[in-house]
Amino acid sequence: MIKVGVLGLQGAVREHVRSIEACDAEAVVIKRKEQLEEVDGLILPGGESTTMRRLIDKYDFMDSLKEFAQSGKPMFGTCAGLILLSNNIIGYDEPHIGVMDVQVERNSFGRQRESFEADLDIAGVAGDFAAVFIRAPHIVEAGENVEILAKHNDRIVAAREGRFLGCSFHPELTDDHRLTAYFIEMIKEYKQS
Amino acid sequence: MKTGTDRVKRGMAEMQKGGVIMDVVNAEQAKIAEEAGAVAVMALERVPSDIRAAGGVARMADPRIVEEVMGAVSIPVMAKARIGHIVEARLLEAMGVDYIDESEVLTPADEEYHLNKRDYTVPFVCGCRDLGEAARRIGEGASMLRTKGEPGTGNIVEAVRHIRKVNAQVRKVVGMNEDELMTEAKLLGAPYELLLEIRSLGRLPVVNFAAGGVATPADAALMMELGADGVFVGSGIFKSENPAKFARAIVEATTHYQDYKLIAELSKELGTPMKGIEIASLAPEARMQERGW
Repeated sequence: MIKVGVLGLQGAVREHVRSIEACDAEAVVIKRKEQLEEVDGLILPGGESTTMRRLIDKYDFMDSLKEFAQSGKPMFGTCAGLILLSNNIIGYDEPHIGVMDVQVERNSFGRQRESFEADLDIAGVAGDFAAVFIRAPHIVEAGENVEILAKHNDRIVAAREGRFLGCSFHPELTDDHRLTAYFIEMIKEYKQS
Repeated sequence: MKTGTDRVKRGMAEMQKGGVIMDVVNAEQAKIAEEAGAVAVMALERVPSDIRAAGGVARMADPRIVEEVMGAVSIPVMAKARIGHIVEARLLEAMGVDYIDESEVLTPADEEYHLNKRDYTVPFVCGCRDLGEAARRIGEGASMLRTKGEPGTGNIVEAVRHIRKVNAQVRKVVGMNEDELMTEAKLLGAPYELLLEIRSLGRLPVVNFAAGGVATPADAALMMELGADGVFVGSGIFKSENPAKFARAIVEATTHYQDYKLIAELSKELGTPMKGIEIASLAPEARMQERGW
């Protein structure tokens, strides 16, 4: 059975676990870096990216996460997770994990009162995906190897670069598990290759 | 495109899970909190222990303080409005505050009715001591709950009582037959439909944080152990000797609440925590948890 890790330092961990299990895969909540060895792919959940970064630094997680990315195992970042994956964050000198060739802007749709739900057409996933955006970032620029999967009002909100998948919204907050299933397919492809 | 839906409002609280929300009274404290890894800050004029000491009527903070805090950090900013004070809540919403706490820490503006929180785009958090109170607040549109505890005391006993009570009552509802639920709704003073929802979900439909008396990293971990989704720390941090260190220790103890060696390590030489108050020494009218209906 495919084992998918969910970085469990802070945020919507339980919801991702539920979504992974709904896709008939096994979920592992990752609280210590040693646990990364157990899993075939990793989800970086929504939450507060600054908080997650503090906790990542505190426990020398960062090198392990970078190694995990270099090993070729797929990674999927939602909202704060997308910010962790991005190699360029507007207003910040340094990226976090920095493995996905996208420039992101934090809180780019505004504060909480501007948070919204919208239906999205996600290439290769769904034509009618109900997406929940919460103080969401968006992808301002994507590198040439990045496949743009979805836009909302001309802003890129989902993209894939090889084994890295990122989105601005929170698929884990709905009962639509198609994007998680898409990520699990990416893991299966990786395991077969 | 829809704003202010239940999913968007409750989802915001889901993103805060496993985190610590800290009371701050100015931009400098807000930055210390963010730096320490807080998932949000609560902008206030005075922390609860100072409100307690000052006496008189406690109101919404000066909007200038809220604005200053919003300008200082990129994490979400919450602020408190008085129970039932429609205009304080509307002002905070208009200012773009990310979450409003309809809070018993402030002097209630209405001794009969809470805000109709469904009416707002901004989400609300409310205090609760038991499932009836929790369900009434959700019924009014609260998107997040917290235990009331006894704010500004540095004494965890009331928060422990409240989280245990709510969770025991949730377990009871989950185990009940459907034909027993209406009477349970009557006894609890809870909306029947909400009990049906809790029974089918197996838990509350919104996030429930601990608040009111968290004074040490071990207190924060205790609340997580008892099933809180995260922790509010009011007076505990900036009334301690070394706030930055204290704040970091509370964040880590909340994340790794079952790593006891780590929490022991974090708790070393933290300096003096805030001075606590024995609950029995508080006159009934001085107990903030009694506010709310």
